[in-house]
Amino acid sequence: MRTVVIQPHFEAWRERARKLLALGMPPDEVLWSDDAQEPGLFGTSDEASPLGAVPKVPPAFLDMARRVAAHSDEQRWGVLYHVLWRLTRGGERHLLAMATDRDIRQLQQWGKAIGRDIHKMHAFVRFRLVGQDEATGREQFVAWFEPGHRIVRLASPFFEKRFAGMDWSILTPHECAHWNGRTLHFTPGVPRSAAPDEDALDELWRTYYRSIFNPARLKVRAMQSEMPKKYWKNLPEAPLIASLIAGSRGRVENMIHTEARPVKPAPKNSYLDSLHDMNAAQPPPPDDPAPDP
Amino acid sequence: MNLPQKLQILADAAKYDASCASSGAARKDSRGGKGVGSTGGAGICHSYAPDGRCISLLKVLLTNACLYDCHYCINRRSSNVQRARFTPDEVVRLTLDFYKRNFIEGLFLSSGIIRSADYTMELVIEVARKLREEHHFRGYIHLKTIPEASPALIEMAGRYADRISINIELPTQQGLTRLAPEKNLARTQEAMGHIRGKIDERHAEKRKPDAPKPPPFATGQSTQMLVGADDSTDAVILQRADVLYGDYRLRRVYYSGFSPIPEPSSLLPNKPPPLVREHRLYQADWLLRFYGFKVDEIASDAAPHLDLELDPKLAWALRHRASFPADVNKAPREILLRVPGLGVRNVERILSARRYTRLRLADLLHLRLPMKKVLPFIVTADHTPARLGLDDEALRARFLPPPRQAELNFDAPPPAAGDLLSVRSGEL
Repeated sequence: MRTVVIQPHFEAWRERARKLLALGMPPDEVLWSDDAQEPGLFGTSDEASPLGAVPKVPPAFLDMARRVAAHSDEQRWGVLYHVLWRLTRGGERHLLAMATDRDIRQLQQWGKAIGRDIHKMHAFVRFRLVGQDEATGREQFVAWFEPGHRIVRLASPFFEKRFAGMDWSILTPHECAHWNGRTLHFTPGVPRSAAPDEDALDELWRTYYRSIFNPARLKVRAMQSEMPKKYWKNLPEAPLIASLIAGSRGRVENMIHTEARPVKPAPKNSYLDSLHDMNAAQPPPPDDPAPDP
Repeated sequence: MNLPQKLQILADAAKYDASCASSGAARKDSRGGKGVGSTGGAGICHSYAPDGRCISLLKVLLTNACLYDCHYCINRRSSNVQRARFTPDEVVRLTLDFYKRNFIEGLFLSSGIIRSADYTMELVIEVARKLREEHHFRGYIHLKTIPEASPALIEMAGRYADRISINIELPTQQGLTRLAPEKNLARTQEAMGHIRGKIDERHAEKRKPDAPKPPPFATGQSTQMLVGADDSTDAVILQRADVLYGDYRLRRVYYSGFSPIPEPSSLLPNKPPPLVREHRLYQADWLLRFYGFKVDEIASDAAPHLDLELDPKLAWALRHRASFPADVNKAPREILLRVPGLGVRNVERILSARRYTRLRLADLLHLRLPMKKVLPFIVTADHTPARLGLDDEALRARFLPPPRQAELNFDAPPPAAGDLLSVRSGEL
């Protein structure tokens, strides 16, 4: 039995997995674990393996492995290596097509969790304006976010594409991402206190949130399944939720008990007249049900 | 009136439009440009309100003053609601400020109709033009258009927008005549046909080899139908939706359960239909678009209402017991798609896996299928269901939900389709 301790990122796993595979080390003889020490800044050591024959695997496996590597479950390295083994030495080249296989299903579940975490980061990051670069005139924004997994690098290219025209930093406990209009770079994690708490626009955003809510269709569970409470502490609109829910019943009662307004004849207006004339001249569509007798 | 007051009135006025999709746009982003913005991914819901609806776009009206008198609408001319009007620059500023803070995917702009269709349309287009041309905004823009606006203006709207829409509101002319006397079904469909022509034309140009890149045009159109404001049956609603998908190639038809409004009209019951009706319509809509069902298999003139207690696929399967069980190791895709509890993705997974193995119950468990629902309808290598010989009522009772029903996620129909990847918001 061999114990392999690696830095918790994909490149580290890939490098070790290649070597173990070249040595013919069966999956059940390897115990994988995360290096407990918080990694420093790792460069992207993407150079080809020094070993001659690099095993061929479907590109979809590498994509999946890159995602799964970001998951916090310690079991992931072992399952990834097991699947790698089965794809290559095991001769199960079709394995990825088997969603019914336990290992594949597990990888898919982890991959899905990472996908969701990335999606929620894209959704719930909230930038705060902190200044303007005097030389370039570019606005500078900072956001604080707490992802569930190590996804900052996977999630950042989206922000680069979307917010290319402004300078921004996204700070998280694990790792921070920064964009200055030219390069995307990463620095170690920071505490919450490093990020600004508020933005002048937050109050206007809360006004919007309050107004777009329809009290006549309260569905709190539907909201929480998509916006779980763990995200609320960093969302400027979340403090409104409790009072909106509490006030909704009274608002709806009011609507229901308001006296209905009577129909009034159309005012004199030439544009309205022209519409009504057009409507009178238009035959009903052939598929319309026959009018009531 | 200050900006927050206007925002409050004009967002409140816009909230009855269910559409919030921000997916399906052409791929574009802000790299190498002067502004911000990107589209083309799955669409993102940046927040959720306690009504369970996704908040993806800044959804506002330019003004809630309106000449029309649509009785289901809070903004109709005979309502006493407080009126407000944004200047185009105010909407531009709000959109950019919200966008840069990552509150939204973009703008969904609609308007009450003031003076005339063309006058109103020009104001709406001016906002989009400023965003695109003066501020280099590459985020999502959805513009509501007016059937009576001139074709040239609708084309201009399509140039700036990722999506354009016209709300049909009610499925029959009869309903419109009674509740929305200015609206006309034939004109609405005619305008949808014009937009479809433009979208198709642009699509064809893009496919021509060596042709210069055509100017952008919206990649889709959608609409909304109100449920429960008139007495249209589910069959009538779904028949209309089917025409809209088939003849006009709409991306989405949204079903919006009529909900009580302040300033109610005497022509309408100020009482909502059960929200589950809207949910069943979305499920039926999914069956039409992704599962190969025809409208009359789901709801017909003879049985015009969907079963509120059972999902429409299960209800269909119970009426067609002789078609089951289906053998997951042999049945073709179109049969598997009709098995209750099997979604599009799991059907694909089954088709893929069975090329290499004979599927057994344990394999299906790994897919995490809703086994209680699926089992009576399928055969696996190690399972044959008891015959579905029970009488109608007893069989139906087996599938009814327990008395205390869990809250349903109405705006997020069951995951199935590609565009589900997106919103989870009505667009899921």
